[in-house]
Amino acid sequence: MPVLIAIVSGVLFGIGLAMGGMLDPAKVVGFLDIFGLWDPSLAFVMGGGVIVNLIGYHGFIRRMGQPVCDARFHLPQKQSFDMQLIAGSALFGIGWGITGLCPGPAVASLFTNLDTGAIFLACVGGGLLAGKVISSQFWPA
Amino acid sequence: MTIDFAHFTPYASLFGGILIGLAAFILLAFNGRVMGISGIFASALTNHPVGGLWRWFFLAGTVIGPLVYLGFREDGLLVRPVSEGTMLYIGGFIVGLGSMIGAGCTSGHGICGLARLSPRSFLAVMTFMISAVVTVLIVHSGS
Repeated sequence: MPVLIAIVSGVLFGIGLAMGGMLDPAKVVGFLDIFGLWDPSLAFVMGGGVIVNLIGYHGFIRRMGQPVCDARFHLPQKQSFDMQLIAGSALFGIGWGITGLCPGPAVASLFTNLDTGAIFLACVGGGLLAGKVISSQFWPA
Repeated sequence: MTIDFAHFTPYASLFGGILIGLAAFILLAFNGRVMGISGIFASALTNHPVGGLWRWFFLAGTVIGPLVYLGFREDGLLVRPVSEGTMLYIGGFIVGLGSMIGAGCTSGHGICGLARLSPRSFLAVMTFMISAVVTVLIVHSGS
């Protein structure tokens, strides 16, 4: 059952990314280019996603004792701010600004962008693994 | 600020966002998991596949989703790259590196974290939005 839920969620996510315009790097850059010719569309993607989850999380999930298919909710426990959060997010923003693709669209573009999709995804994966090594070296849990 | 009405797609983007939101809600309500792609992808690469099989299924779904969408659209999917070659691949590496160190990306912090009103996610989203806007200003200005 959890794998079935996961694939349904993944398909919905992938359709949403495609429909929302997140797989088109020029559209993403158009959204980030607030000082140029600004395309506000992606604010609607984020707004739609956040509103559904504001209602879903506060209206339903917080009232559920446990998820339907698991013993507990695996939510992030960390509450405090730290240097990794800021430095990592700043770095991520630089990569997103350069390429116009964040990790979700990098995965979703595997077959929609046959020229570079696979190599790009491998680069994101390499960055994630490098980040894991760096995090464990400099900021051991 | 000038609005680019020629490329503005409020309805498609809002509907796409709602689907992304539903995807995140389903994953948390049923599996108890946060839909953060950088975390799911990184754990899929490093964890034992049997316990985390759902991650590979989620990623497979994410790959299939746009193909399903394409099946319903005759005019295809618009993909206009903004960088190529070394720049694209170094950028991809930085995307992965940053989202791992920052413990999340646009989906985990941006959709799920903001909806849970997580202060860490608010700070992360503010930070990556500012750095992405500044990067675009430097790298892609006038394009």
